[in-house]
Amino acid sequence: MTNYKSLYQEVILDHNKKPRNYGTIESPSHHAVGHNPLCGDHISVDVVLGDERINNIAFQGESCAICKASASMMTTAIKGKTRAEAETLIQEFLAMATGKLSHDACPNIGRLAVFAGVSDLPTRVKCAILPWHTLSGAFNAVATTSTEAEQDPMHAPIGDA
Amino acid sequence: MSASQTTTKFQSTSAFDVERIRADFPILKLTVNDKPLVYLDNAASSQMPQQVIDRLVRYQTTQHANINRAVHYLSEIATSEFEEARRKLQRFINANDEREVIYTSGTTDSINLVMHGYGRKFIGAGDEIILTTLEHHSNIVPWQMLAEEKGAKIRVVPINDAGELLIDEYEKLFNERTKFVGVTHVSNALGSINPIKEMIAFAHARGVPVLVDGAQAAPHTKVDVQDLDCDFYAFSGHKLCGPTGIGILYGRAALLENMQPFKGGGDMILSVTFEKTTYNTIPHKFEAGTPPIAAAIGLGAAVDYLSEIGMDAIAAHEHALLKYATEQINTMPGVRVIGTAEHKAAVLSFAVDGVHPHDIGTLLNQEGVAVRTGHHCAQPVMQRLHVPATSRASFAFYNSMDEVDALIAGIRTVQKIFT
Ligand SMILES: Cc1ncc(COP(=O)(O)O)c(C=O)c1O
Repeated sequence: MTNYKSLYQEVILDHNKKPRNYGTIESPSHHAVGHNPLCGDHISVDVVLGDERINNIAFQGESCAICKASASMMTTAIKGKTRAEAETLIQEFLAMATGKLSHDACPNIGRLAVFAGVSDLPTRVKCAILPWHTLSGAFNAVATTSTEAEQDPMHAPIGDA
Repeated sequence: MSASQTTTKFQSTSAFDVERIRADFPILKLTVNDKPLVYLDNAASSQMPQQVIDRLVRYQTTQHANINRAVHYLSEIATSEFEEARRKLQRFINANDEREVIYTSGTTDSINLVMHGYGRKFIGAGDEIILTTLEHHSNIVPWQMLAEEKGAKIRVVPINDAGELLIDEYEKLFNERTKFVGVTHVSNALGSINPIKEMIAFAHARGVPVLVDGAQAAPHTKVDVQDLDCDFYAFSGHKLCGPTGIGILYGRAALLENMQPFKGGGDMILSVTFEKTTYNTIPHKFEAGTPPIAAAIGLGAAVDYLSEIGMDAIAAHEHALLKYATEQINTMPGVRVIGTAEHKAAVLSFAVDGVHPHDIGTLLNQEGVAVRTGHHCAQPVMQRLHVPATSRASFAFYNSMDEVDALIAGIRTVQKIFT
């Protein structure tokens, strides 16, 4: 049986305690708020998308350690990437967290592989993917997204999460 | 551990043979993550003793058929066992008449039955329904649906910071438009025991009927609906060592007779033509279709089991568990009990500084300890206490003091990981 403690590794605990890119951005080009109605957690994501790359990204919110660390590590991974690269990473992260792909099968996942363990914890998958959902919502101009809602852009892929 | 805590622990274990009781519950022998299961999510659903499991097996292997329908052997025996279980439940809550005991699918279904059967007939535009901040969503949402449909209004009894209802405020909410009161006997989120007997007397003096949500009380205290003098009392089988899919609505016969049916179908009628249908008598008027027969008989066996141990002994042991756990938590820096009402039953909600309840839940699970985390389907009380979510340990009579120790050790582990 999986040792769930492995999910609460140094990296995750560190990002939870000292989240990177925490806050809001004055005039973002893209913005969305994500909710997990099952636990009341919510986070906002602000993005400044330049002509070629994501110049800046920030997040803020109330959430558990898994969600906060996922958001923090997402921002460091995404900053400086093109939108296409970011979209690819979103897909890889969602596939890994929901157990559809192993982390070895995700070429861009890098340090985010620490979240692979959530796929064994169905009740915690949503915590890890909420920031990614919200970022996807921001890119697609969906102002509020939710892990439960109909309009959820990721609704189908996480249906069994 | 201080001397006084040791005493608390010793006294209650010696008075109550918890190990003998635990032997009745096969599921308690499980290991989770290589640790012995410590099941402290009893407020969500309790576990089933072998006696109830055996009863279900016996019913299913030797007694099953549809009830009230045929003259053959099995139908007669199933019907008589189903009705015998109703009488067991009648005695369990000391109802005056077995016709006052209606089988439903659970507390939620029981409350919806009252909303449709009583509320839609007797509550109209401008009327007021009194509920409390401590209600579970199942005793809020049906009334909101009714209020919206009828143009009625919901008034809410506030609580203090300890999680106790403000009875002065409750009394001030009454006026000539007040038509109904819905109140939980025990709060599922905080464990507060509400002074429902006094609340019922106050409402009755103004001619207002009262529904009590007993989902969290029936498993933990002796319920006497005649002594309480309540009009409706709702509870669920699965929180009472019985099966899921079965619950009870107690209703005063005179009220039930004047109510309209909730669901239409077979068994709830005396005669049907396309011109006119005559409804059956109570309780059958409210039991349309084939009921969960096995579950009802299983619930009858469950209340037999509980009665044999004795609800007073159960309440005393659970009180000792709650007291010991509360004392332990109060010695831990950075851990806070949420809900400090003077009268509490079996529920311990808590918060750990700097750690989100979901992380606590996952890490305790790793130690084999099952608790509930979240808003406990009681968002208004969470908002009132300014906590988005809590962790909740909820005890049953088969929990032991050693399991409280496992919970406390688990919380220490969580704190260590997060520092
Ligand atoms: C106080 C209270 N009321 C109602 C319910 C709903 O019970 P059920 O889901 O069995 O209908 C619960 C269960 O969580 C409860 O704790």
